[in-house]
Parts: sequence; C-alpha cells; structure tokens
Amino acid sequence: MAELIIPSLLETIYMVSLSTLFSLIIGFPLGVLLVITEKGNIWERPLLNQLLNGIINILRSFPFIILMILVFPISKLIVGQTIGTTATIVPLSIAAAPFVARIMESSLKEVDKGIIEFSLSMGASIPEIIFKVLIPEALPSLILGITMTIINLIGYSAMAGAIGGGGLGNLAIRYGLYRFETDIMIASVFVIILLVQGIQFIGNRLSTIVNKK
Amino acid sequence: MIKIENLSKSFKSVNNTIWALKDVSLHIKKGEIFGIIGLSGAGKSTLIRCINRLEEPTSGKIFIEGVEITALDKKSLRQSRKNMGMIFQHFNLLQQKTVYKNIAFPLELERLPKKEIDRRVDTLLEYVELSDKRDAYPSQLSGGQKQRVAIARALANNPKILLSDEGTSALDPKTTKSILELLNRIRKELNVTIIMITHQMEVIKDICDRVAIIENGKIIEMNTVEELFKNPKTSTAKSFISSLNPIDENGLIDPKKFKGTLIRLSYLGESAKQPIVSHMVKKFDIDVNILSGNINQLMSTSAGYLILELTGNAQEINQAIEFLKSKDVSVEVI
Repeated sequence: MAELIIPSLLETIYMVSLSTLFSLIIGFPLGVLLVITEKGNIWERPLLNQLLNGIINILRSFPFIILMILVFPISKLIVGQTIGTTATIVPLSIAAAPFVARIMESSLKEVDKGIIEFSLSMGASIPEIIFKVLIPEALPSLILGITMTIINLIGYSAMAGAIGGGGLGNLAIRYGLYRFETDIMIASVFVIILLVQGIQFIGNRLSTIVNKK
Repeated sequence: MIKIENLSKSFKSVNNTIWALKDVSLHIKKGEIFGIIGLSGAGKSTLIRCINRLEEPTSGKIFIEGVEITALDKKSLRQSRKNMGMIFQHFNLLQQKTVYKNIAFPLELERLPKKEIDRRVDTLLEYVELSDKRDAYPSQLSGGQKQRVAIARALANNPKILLSDEGTSALDPKTTKSILELLNRIRKELNVTIIMITHQMEVIKDICDRVAIIENGKIIEMNTVEELFKNPKTSTAKSFISSLNPIDENGLIDPKKFKGTLIRLSYLGESAKQPIVSHMVKKFDIDVNILSGNINQLMSTSAGYLILELTGNAQEINQAIEFLKSKDVSVEVI
C-alpha cells in the first residue's frame, strides 16, 4: 500500500506547493491593488478597483472542473501539455489566485487606518507604506490566509485525476470509488487529514509567533 | 510660521454638501503652543489634517515658513511632511514592531545609515524617558508610554512643527499631565511649534499660549489663553471655562436674591496676588460678602474670578468699584 500512497503524497505536495506559490504570485499583488485602489485609500482608483473586483468575481464563479478544461490552451503554452500532474498546476494556480486576492485583501484591510495615516504624515510613499507598513502589520493574518489557501488547494488537487493528474485525492477516487478498494481509499483520506491538520497547526503556530499585537 | 488663509473644506455626499471648515484664517507663531478647541464634529480634526494635507482643502491657502503647502505637488508635499511630526489620540504605533523600530521608522524612510539611526533612536528614547523599553512591543506598554513612543517617533526627523490630534484624549488625567509636561519641554528645549487639537479645556489651560475656539467649522473666538480666561466672549468659551469648575456660577447666583450690589471681579496675573479686596474694605465703609470664587493656574500666570456682594451706602459702593477698576481688575456689576 505504501508504494501507492507515498508517490501520490509526493505528487500532492508537488502540485500544491507549486500552485500555492504561483497563486500567491498572481493573487497577492491583486489583493494589494484591491485594497489601495479602494475609495479613501492611499491610491484611490475607483474604476480599476471595480474592474479588478469584477474579474475576480467572475474567476471565482467558475466551477473548478470547467475551469480546468477552459485553461487547456494556457497549460499548453506554459508547460507544453494539457494533461498530467504538472499540467494540473496551471488550473490550480489560476483557480486559487482570485481566492488568494480576496484573502489577502481582507487581511490587509485589518490594518488600522490610523497607522496608514501616521505613515502618510511621516511622508512615506505608497510603495513604502505597502512594504514597510501594510504587509508587516498584516503578517500574522496573511500567514493564516496562506494556510487557508494551501488547504483549499489540497482539496482542489483531488480533482486533478479528471485531467490525468496524480495525487492522494486522485488515488482515493481511483481505488476507493471506482474499484471498491476501501482500504486504500481510507488510507489516502487519512494521509490527507494528517496533511491538513499538520499544515493548519504549523500555520497557526507561525501566525502566533510573529504576532506581537 | 504657519499662516492659514480663508481655508474651507467641504465633504460631498449624495444629496448634500457638508462644510467642515468655513473660511478659517489663522496665524501661528514660531515656538508657540497653539490650542484649537471645539466639541466633536466642530471641524478641528479636519483643520489640523489640512495643515499636512492628510485632508485636501476645498479652498484657501496654507503657508508654512513662507512655503505654500497647498500648492505643493505630491513629492514636495511628502518632503515637507517630514518637517512636521504628528501624534494621534490612539497613538497609531506599528503593532508588529518594537519601540526601537517604531522610532527608527521615519529615519529608515530617510535611508540613514544604521549607526546614525541607532544613535538617534537612543537619544530620543532617553529624551522621552523610555530607554528601558527599547525592545518592548507596543502591546506591552501603557497608554502614556505609547504616546511617549509616538512623540519620540514624531520628533525623529527634527521637525519644526508638531501636530497633536487629541494627543491626550485617551489618557487618564495624571498621564495627561505628564504628556503635557513633555510637550512643553519639547517646545522650550527644541523650539518646536506645537498645534494642539483638543476638546479638553485642561490642555488649553495647562500649556497653550493662544487658543482658537472652533464651532460649526468656524473660528468663533481667538485669543491668548490668559485673555480668554479673563474675558471669554462667546457662550462656548464660557462653557469650556466653566467645564473646568463643576459648579456653574451663573446657575447658582441670582442677583435678585441678594440685597446688596453683586459684582464680578476678573483678575489675571499680578493683580491676583494682591490683597485688593482687603484694601477696599479698609478704605471704604462697606461690607463684603464672598459668594463664589475660583482661580485657574495657567501655564505662565493665573486667572480667576470672584463674585462679591457689597452692602452699605450707595456712594461708598460706587467709589469702591472705581477703586477696584483702578487696580487692574475688571469689574462687572451683575
């Protein structure tokens, strides 16, 4: 059984870590933009803000399974193939990016307006406020948001099998659902549970350690 | 130092326009502690925020040392903000950074070398008497200590102006006193001009040189603190002064209930120290009954009032009142 579980676990880690990274690269700047372009914020741009909100809402509306197929051309362009474990990273990243944007937005909005006002009163520029004030002040909450993203991606990655990807979720579906090999299904689900618990634990701890508030 | 000319600020909402400031003109002198007092919603916070343009004025001009702040572009504005420190009611410290890092923040924005930042922060910590809290986080500090950190941080760039937006409003009376003492020291030793926004008359009384009273976006009275206490003109000014003394003289003393002549003496500074009433009693054949009195210790002097009932021969009373007037106290027959 271990010879089935371990490669699948590695595939899950591979898909989830890379798609977390890429969804952060796309979603984090979007989250920052959502916050700073809002009315009354440091870079007020109402039109851009509305546009971003619209795009993010549309992307979040797609059922993941449909999005996976819709992004085939993009996968082809980026990784050269449309199916397989690596190809799954593309739709996973694209699906998670708007989610990340929203999570980051709500974390950054927790930063007290007074602190932003103080930074402005000190003559700080917009990049200085973003990197030296907003992000460090929101860090504990951002860590929890990233934890949530990772766990969400573990869930999404279970659907990777639909386009030929591997991973634990796929293993559980293939063996448990299609072949009625319940023991393998139970084992893979158990490993997923451990993974989720472990990540949540680490995320919570990290957030508490960095939080000085 | 700071000149504000015909400053107005309006906030537009869907169906109406609210004027937070209407045609405000002010001239604040170098090295002075200038108080702006008003009830909440009077426009005082908007006014102080216009000085460093955290709030953009709708019309009017602001000059600081001859430079028209209201005409600066964004970049020059940021530069000029570095000459103005600001402290807030809720301190606005960076919660995730140590005391040291908080004070170093404006210096890091200036990209000063690490060694110089170190030296400057240590000097500032010593100045606000918090050297032992260097590595503490804001959540570990009391309100007074937080405001001291905020003051040190506001002073980091050696500003010429310090803006205090209700800087003592969240503190208890004892801590308020110590913060006010610190601000007064900053004015004296560092020659910083301080603008204090407050709704507390104690703040005005304790450290301000001059004061403007703001109501519905307009300055309704402006004077030296001594003069304001001696001779308040508007009812708002009077109620601010009486807020210092819980018993309201006007409510208590009804001239109709007394047989004699009621007079109200207002005295200021030197005249408060002389036994004028005693001299009057010895000199004229009248009786004096003290009904009410009070003295307020202002920063540099004292101001107070006394309400007396004078009984006796009408002519003697008139002469006594003339005598008082000659002694540099203002006399008002109630």
